[in-house]
Amino acid sequence: MTVISTSGLARTFMSRTGPVEAVRSLDMTVAAGEIVGLLGPNGAGKTTTLRMLTTLLSPTGGAATVAGHDLATDPAGVRERCGYVAQSGGVDPHTTVREELVTQGRMYRLGRAGAVARATELAAELGLSDLLDRRTATLSGGQRRRLDIAMGLTHRPAVLFLDEPTTGLDPGSRADLWDLVRRLRDTDGTTVVLTTHYLDEADALADRLVVVDGGLVAAEGTPAQLKTRYAGSPHASLQDAFLALTGRAPAADAAPLAV
Amino acid sequence: MLLHDTALVFGRYARQTLRSRFQILFGILMPLLYLLFFGPLLTGLPLGGGVDSWQVLVPGLLLQLGLFGASFAGFGLIIDKSTGVVERMRVTPVSRAALLLGRVLRDALLFVFQAVLLVLVAVVMGLRAPLPGVLIGFLFVGLLTVSLASLSYALAMRVSTPQEFGPVINSLTVPAMLLSGLMLPMTLGPKWLDVLSHFTPFRYLVDAVRDAYAGTYATAHMLYGALVALGFAALAVTVGTRVFRKAGA
Repeated sequence: MTVISTSGLARTFMSRTGPVEAVRSLDMTVAAGEIVGLLGPNGAGKTTTLRMLTTLLSPTGGAATVAGHDLATDPAGVRERCGYVAQSGGVDPHTTVREELVTQGRMYRLGRAGAVARATELAAELGLSDLLDRRTATLSGGQRRRLDIAMGLTHRPAVLFLDEPTTGLDPGSRADLWDLVRRLRDTDGTTVVLTTHYLDEADALADRLVVVDGGLVAAEGTPAQLKTRYAGSPHASLQDAFLALTGRAPAADAAPLAV
Repeated sequence: MLLHDTALVFGRYARQTLRSRFQILFGILMPLLYLLFFGPLLTGLPLGGGVDSWQVLVPGLLLQLGLFGASFAGFGLIIDKSTGVVERMRVTPVSRAALLLGRVLRDALLFVFQAVLLVLVAVVMGLRAPLPGVLIGFLFVGLLTVSLASLSYALAMRVSTPQEFGPVINSLTVPAMLLSGLMLPMTLGPKWLDVLSHFTPFRYLVDAVRDAYAGTYATAHMLYGALVALGFAALAVTVGTRVFRKAGA
């Protein structure tokens, strides 16, 4: 079953130096229960794509449906069915974990008691139970990330969008986050679309990769397919496939090339 | 849903304000300084209208409080944008208008509360004004705050850094303060300045609140003041909600 489908999705920003085509024409589909990695160099249009698919930004061209709702005609329907965790997260540093989770529940139209119960439940699922009364500013990077994701899961969305979820995390927290994403898919059937410029993350976590470059889909397939197609062997590194495909490393701060 | 969501957003930001009691008191520091160090200079000066100088100064300080306080309300939104809070809320089904109105309501209550504190201090300093007039004054502070906070949030939604936001607000509030006759009645000055000041909405509000503090309610000043205050608030909230509905689009 298809959960996301876009056709010719495009977004042009007007800047002082003229129009900038952040996303030119994006055609992609995502099936229910997939973990899809959007991979691409900085400025490839990954974040713009996520912001369009989550109704934060209106497309300047093309169309998309997310979880059965049309992006242009039923953005409210899309909001009810998808969760979004931005790269910057989205919690107030002076607020407690509990208050943020409860407020988020209320924004998803849960009653007071329902929101409190859901906050407790989410905290338990994401290992935040002992941190409920802490101010969010005092959380570690990994704890903050889990809170950000808990906020995005408040309404049990069918689709979860994660924008660079592991950027800035230590290796242990990254591994925890990978486990969490897999668990969401395996136990709740949640479809996860995440952007990353870590090739090892894309390789280990994603069922399927969509490589975006210059606002267009440059290639897509499973990590093994991409390696075979662009680097000659399923055992090649994704780095080689990526370089062959785009002519450059995925991002300046990605893993350095082996010398 | 709009009411439910507005109450929710209001509650969140009201709690945020209550957490920083320092901010609540700091807000009235500037008008308080004017009250203490400028007010005594006016006692005994012929300001016209046959009223006490405190009845002329305090209405001005009340609106100064609203003018400077509410115009900078957008800073809070810029901070929320940088921490991702704004986008996090905008992907929920919460009403877009409520994201504005809940904040504006918090600001209106905050500044009316500060206005009450200011008037209490002014009474100690020597202000004597009829209670209905004082209450009317709070109403005008509330309307002014709603208007300016709405516009401030609308601007904050459209810019991305405090460096873009601050200078714009400063370059609007200082002339607005000088031209509104907040400090001294404009009628004391030359004709051209008096005429010019009628091009700012604040002039009408100041005149109306001064009449209220003098205990004269059925005046042309009061009528124009009320019309301008209500019209300005309606316009500002319309602009604000439009920007909040379309933001990012």
